[in-house]
Order: sequence, then structure tokens, then C-alpha cells
Amino acid sequence: MFPDDLTFSIADWVNRGVDALVTRYGDVFRQVSDSLLWLIVRLESGLRWLPWWLLLIIVGGIALHATRKVFSALLIVGLLFLVGAVGLWDKLMQTLALMLVATLIAVLIGIPLGVMAARSKRLRAVLMPLLDVMQTLPSFVYLIPVLMLFGLGKVPAIFATVIYATPPLVRLTDLGIRQVDPEVMEAVNAFGASRWQQLFSVQLPLAMPSIMAGVNQTTMMALSMVVIASMIGARGLGEDVLVGIQTLNIGLGLEAGLAIVILAVVIDRITQAYGRPRHQVQP
Amino acid sequence: MTARIEVRSVSKVFGAKPEAALALLHQGATKEQVLAATGCVIGVDDLSLSVLEGEIFVIMGLSGSGKSTLVRHLNRLIDPTCGQVLIDGEDILAFDKARLQHFRRHTVSMVFQGFGLLPHRTVLENIAYGLKVRGESRAQCRDRAQYWLAAVGLQGYEGKWPHQLSGGMRQRVGLARALAADTPILLLDEAFSALDPLIRADLQDQLLALQQELKKTIVFITHDLDEALRLGNRIAILRDGRLIQVGAPKDILEHPADDYVDRFVQRRVATL
Repeated sequence: MFPDDLTFSIADWVNRGVDALVTRYGDVFRQVSDSLLWLIVRLESGLRWLPWWLLLIIVGGIALHATRKVFSALLIVGLLFLVGAVGLWDKLMQTLALMLVATLIAVLIGIPLGVMAARSKRLRAVLMPLLDVMQTLPSFVYLIPVLMLFGLGKVPAIFATVIYATPPLVRLTDLGIRQVDPEVMEAVNAFGASRWQQLFSVQLPLAMPSIMAGVNQTTMMALSMVVIASMIGARGLGEDVLVGIQTLNIGLGLEAGLAIVILAVVIDRITQAYGRPRHQVQP
Repeated sequence: MTARIEVRSVSKVFGAKPEAALALLHQGATKEQVLAATGCVIGVDDLSLSVLEGEIFVIMGLSGSGKSTLVRHLNRLIDPTCGQVLIDGEDILAFDKARLQHFRRHTVSMVFQGFGLLPHRTVLENIAYGLKVRGESRAQCRDRAQYWLAAVGLQGYEGKWPHQLSGGMRQRVGLARALAADTPILLLDEAFSALDPLIRADLQDQLLALQQELKKTIVFITHDLDEALRLGNRIAILRDGRLIQVGAPKDILEHPADDYVDRFVQRRVATL
């Protein structure tokens, strides 16, 4: 038995902190929440407003541009058609919107953080353990305070997704930039390129395969949060999985689950194809 | 002839305790003793030399002699631990960021042993890189790059990617990129060392032919005495970061300063 006088708890202290945060800055959080919600709802209604066939054509076009293979593009379109055919089109759009916004936020945070980490050893030393925590802390732990701050629905779902899905992007951006050939960087430096010129004309393009692998990971991890997101009231495919569990409707759960897998496959194929360098770089 | 580049008592120590290492060096410790005592590696040791306007100045030494470290002091890819580097009479170590950028864009350009080409840019874009960085117009970049592309004999390759070229061609791109920047000073760090002998001889000829017209101030780093004798107006021989001898090729051959230099020369005589 662990001696009682050596135990302590941070629970009360954290609870008071969160309470104070909610009472003092509740309005600010509400505003952030509202503007984010506005963005998601806009995107979602836009996606649902598009005729289904037009969306399939657009996705097919993107897939063709990315993979340069007609078969892959047709397969991707076919799989998405299948999701529509089992009556999950609207929910697919809801999940897609949620995921796109979460990925967008993760990219806006993750890539700059990765770039900064590649430049500063000190920042990397602080950041890496933090990323480990973000990835391993059970999501329900931070879901509760996020719920208190932002209320139920899509916004906390986005936040939880971003916390979980950003770390691989930061890591892979950092890695990609540090792996750029030092002699190339030396040459660029010798010609007097500024920091921004180095970043945009050399480092980011050469790190792109790694960064796209990070975006790919981020989208995959965002999709894996879909069911948890539906538990806090974000609608979409996760909802059906949840209902399937709650009502023992295994068929319904499986359909929605497979639809999530299909969305994952589609996004995976497209982001991976963009990650492949167009001119195979040889050492 | 005036001195374009002046290196004054430059020392470079790599490691955590440069002051302690320098102090030991001044007491006459060898490179190995300093490494054992402080864990610091001596790159360049109290070295002074000057390079004249319009000459090809060859710095020769075996690997680890500090020649590549030394040449990087001339455009401040490496900053010395102590000493001064003057270019056209100006102390380049005193330059701030903006002034240094301007200096690298307009005064000095460099060719690297491993080429240092941008793998995601075409040959023409690579040659234009120095011009683009300093903000020249697109037409100007294209025209200058086309001109230098032709000058190094790469017509027809403008749209190719670096990995599609052979080593010799890649280094022509590296040379054209440096020449296109049109700077008065050109640094070549073992530029031809990675190439096979025939291509190396080709590029040496080409450099000499270009220099006939251009009259640039060239600092050429090599570990090959033949190359040094062929290209250099003057040759400096480095060993363990110290300058052993400076002189015209003839001086070096006829009056080697010590055993180290003599061994280079003897080896050459033996193979002739």
C-alpha cells in the first residue's frame, strides 16, 4: 500500500482552474466557437448543395490529377458512389466537412510549427514531448474541458481531432526539412538567398513528400476520431456507428464503418499521390 | 596588382571550448594534443594569405588539411574563431545580415564538390538561381542563363532535371550557375575532384579558356598537384590547417619548402 502522506492530487487545482477559465473567458471561447461553427456549417451545406454527380466528377478530376491513372480515379469515384448508394451521402458530406476543417487547422498549425522546430533545437526539445502527450493522452481527458469551453457539437469535435491529428504533421515537416541535402542548403546560402527564399524555393518543395506523408497521417487520424466526435454531438458517419453499437444494429454500424474506410482510402490515395515527387530525386 | 582577398591570422576551431584550444595552440601544441586536451578540432591555424586581382589561386592539401574550411571563410559560410577576412579592403566579418546577403549575391559565387544543384529545378532554372535570388527580371534570368548554358556546352539540356545528367554535366551546370551570377570572385571547392580524369581535364581546359576572357579572381581548392600546377598562377599548400608554402608552380616544383611538399612533388616526378 502506498503511504497516504506521500500522495497528492492535482484534481482540485485543475478543476478550479478550468472553472475560472469558463467563467472568466467563456464569452471569448463562445465567439471562437461560433466563427468556427460558421465555417464548418458553410462548408457542409456547400458540399450537400452540390449535386452528387458533380461532386463525384470533381473528386474524380482531383484523383486523376493526383494519381495520373484512369483506373485509380475510376475506382475512387466508384467507391464514393457506393457510399451514396447505401444512403449515407449526407452523412458522408458531414464527416468530410468536419475532416476538411480539422485538417485545414492542423495544417495551419502543424507546418509552421514543424518549420520552426527544424530551425531551432531548443524548440524541438520542448515540442517533441508535448507532441507525445498530445498523441497518447486519452482523448476523453481533454474532451471534457473542451466541452465545458465550447459546448456540445462540431466545434469540440474539431478541437479534439486537431489535438490528436496535428503531431504527425509537425514531426514529418520537421524531419522533411532537416533531411534536405546540406550541400544544397550551403549552395543556396552561398548565393545569398534570404531565409524566406530558402524556405519557399528549396526547403518546402524538397520536404514536400515528407510533408504530404504528414498530411496523409493527419487525415487518417482525423478519420479515426469520427466516432468519438459523434459521441459529443458531431453528426456524420460516426453517428451511425454509434447508433449501431447502442441498438445492437450490427449491419447499420458496419455500413457506416465501411463508409468511413472508403473515405479514408479515397483521401489516402489522393494525398499519397501528391506526396510522390514528380521527378524522382536520386542521391 | 592589388590584393582582392586578404586573410589575416585566421584560426578556426570546431568544438565547445574554442578559447582553450586557441590558447593551447599559441603555446605550440599540435592538432592531436589540442584534440586530446579539449575535444576541439582545429580547422585552420593562424593562417594569412592574399589573393591578387585576376589570378587563379590554388589552395592544395590532403583531406583534413583545412582547405575546404578555409575557402568557406571567404563567403562566410563559416565564421572564423579569430582573425580577419578582407575582400576589396573591407572586413567581411563586420557585415550585418543585409550587407552579407548583398555581398554573396553580387561579389562572390561558389562551385561545390557535390554540385549542390536544386533537384526540383531544371538545368536552366538552376543556372538562373543566383540571378533569381537577387531579384533580376524573368527575361534577364532566362537570357543570362541561356548564354552561360551555351558557354559551358550544355545546349539542348535546358529543360532536363539534374538527376538526368552525368557527373561532368552536372558540374558544368554548377559552374554555369556560378558564372551567371557574374561576380568578380569565384570560389571552386574541389569542383572537379569527383569527376573522372578525362572529363576533369575537359573542365580544366574550359575553365582556363573562360578565364582568358573573364579575368576573374578565382580561388580553386584541390588535393591534386597536377590540377594545381595546371590551373594555378600561384599555389598555396596547406597541412593541418597551416600554410606550408605559397608560390608560383615553378617555385613549388623547384624549391619545395619541406618534406611534405617534397613528397607531393616527388610522387609527381615518379609518375612522369
